[in-house]
Amino acid sequence: MQFVFKTSYDADISLFKHGAQAVWYGLLLLLVLSTPLYFVAIDDAYLLGEITGILILAIAGMGLMLLTGHTGLPSLGHATFMALGCYLNINLLSEGVPWIVAFPLSGLMAGVLGTMIALPVLRLHGVYLALATLAMSMLTSDFVVIAEPWTGGIAGAVVPDINIFGMEINRYSTPYKFYYLVLLVTILLVWFYRNLLRSPTGRSFTAIRDSEISARAMGINLMRTKAMSFFLSATAAGLSGALFGHSAGYVTNETFDLVMSITLLLMIVIGGLGFIHGAFFGAVVVGIIPVAIANGRTFLATTFDVNINVPGLESALFAFILICFILFEPMGLYGRWLKIRTYFELFPFYRKDMFKRQKSYLKTDRLQ
Amino acid sequence: MSLLEIENVTLRFGGLVAVDNVSLKVNEGEVFALVGPNGAGKSTIFNLISRFYDPAEGSIRFEGNDLLKSNADQVPSFSIARTFQNIELFEQATVLQNLLVGRHRHRQTGMFSNIIFSPKTYREELCHRAAVEEVIEFLNLQPYRDKMIGGLPYGVRKVVELGRALASEPKLLLLDEPASGLSVEETQDMAFWIEDIQTQMGISILMVEHDMGLVSAVSGRVMALSDGKELATGTPAEVQSHPAVIEAYLGTGDISKTGTSRA
Repeated sequence: MQFVFKTSYDADISLFKHGAQAVWYGLLLLLVLSTPLYFVAIDDAYLLGEITGILILAIAGMGLMLLTGHTGLPSLGHATFMALGCYLNINLLSEGVPWIVAFPLSGLMAGVLGTMIALPVLRLHGVYLALATLAMSMLTSDFVVIAEPWTGGIAGAVVPDINIFGMEINRYSTPYKFYYLVLLVTILLVWFYRNLLRSPTGRSFTAIRDSEISARAMGINLMRTKAMSFFLSATAAGLSGALFGHSAGYVTNETFDLVMSITLLLMIVIGGLGFIHGAFFGAVVVGIIPVAIANGRTFLATTFDVNINVPGLESALFAFILICFILFEPMGLYGRWLKIRTYFELFPFYRKDMFKRQKSYLKTDRLQ
Repeated sequence: MSLLEIENVTLRFGGLVAVDNVSLKVNEGEVFALVGPNGAGKSTIFNLISRFYDPAEGSIRFEGNDLLKSNADQVPSFSIARTFQNIELFEQATVLQNLLVGRHRHRQTGMFSNIIFSPKTYREELCHRAAVEEVIEFLNLQPYRDKMIGGLPYGVRKVVELGRALASEPKLLLLDEPASGLSVEETQDMAFWIEDIQTQMGISILMVEHDMGLVSAVSGRVMALSDGKELATGTPAEVQSHPAVIEAYLGTGDISKTGTSRA
């Protein structure tokens, strides 16, 4: 067990709790920076593309985590904001706006539009808010069809390549550059997220999650703070959507469907609600399962000559995993990791109920 | 000079008159206690001052400003802080973070400044942290600084809630049953703190409390309420010996007067 002796107030504000933690995150940074070297060595960038996809999902996951995990507002409509970001990005790029401007702009516009859509439903709580955002999500693909001049409708739209000061980046022809670009965006957003959580704005979000009535009594304007959270959340989702477009190369009205919204929510629950890490753990699980199923199928077919072709196997497996997590590990993968770490830190004094505490992510329902 | 003035305030929930034409004044530097049986309307008066409820009639003024013109989240900006009867802390946060939320009304920086953690935000955080440390020292919360609220015993949570209210540097502190559920020793600590808050920090206190020992020990004036109506106001001794108060708590002793007498 490591004891941290704080000698100044800076210690409570700094990004890392102690030196060892900074070293670990530094190593993680080195690892993600050097990952492409391995794929260069084996000269096959297919899996790197999958890893990039996981990072893109994690960005959207962080957006949803901020809203659901840290502000206590569940949303089943985040694919809508991804769609907004994606199509805004495509249209800005085809208008000749340089990517370096179009990309952040599409995120911010998705944030603003998302907040405008969300303002009327923000008065709702808990399950009602989830239902309202679900409706939003169900309407998305119809709107994409209706807005054909901008979205290409059912036929779909081709996403232009990224061009940063003459450097062309394409998912297939330059997978390494694309990876580093996505990684840069991810790291930047994680840094923003961490800053937010250690500042008054982030504290007002968690205050609303844990007790609306007392947040109000402390002078926190509920509507404005919730709208702020929604704006940031939708912005992250929009940025993720724009990158998702570049990654897919081609988007139709079925790309950002209801399943995507549900997958995002599932992702952060599996990862661990209320932790930034949770968005990444969840994205890894969601990203790995389809690959694992495909590989498993090939393995069975080639070695045992058994062909499993069950339709909907993926969804069933997702659902099963989600049920297992809600039953056995409500704190998600990150919660499990915390428990394991604490077990070893306190060995042999770990108690089974150490992490038992009130589940309060829907506690906002109580007042009114 | 009176800090808080409540005049002829009435609040009805449907047919039930929760607060019936109550007037009270809290003077600067005073500890004023509200007592009365359950359902007397004490906490309702608190919720009226916090602007969680709108009164049907009457006025509430603080330092001459009309409180009824502002929303619940604007009340702290008048330098009014409160605690809750059933502890309303932010469960999944540390004691430190809870106290820092108490500083919310002093916040200077906006969202974008926070996101990039500008030097201004950093300086502001250091100021808040220093201010919170004073509260921690005052309430002896040092052992719990980085503990999660979810794992703290009841008595400590009660103190953290008091601390969160104090962190906002109020002029008027509303304490809703500060001693409920506390042990004898904890209640004594609470009494000392209330005295210190009044004398050292110069904060006026309006409190709801059932523990008459605590009320007599710390409060200058007491108002007894029953069924939303004022029964008596005065020093603790005066109120305790007032016939109407005794009747509200113990009944009349005259069987013919009570409606449901057992024949």
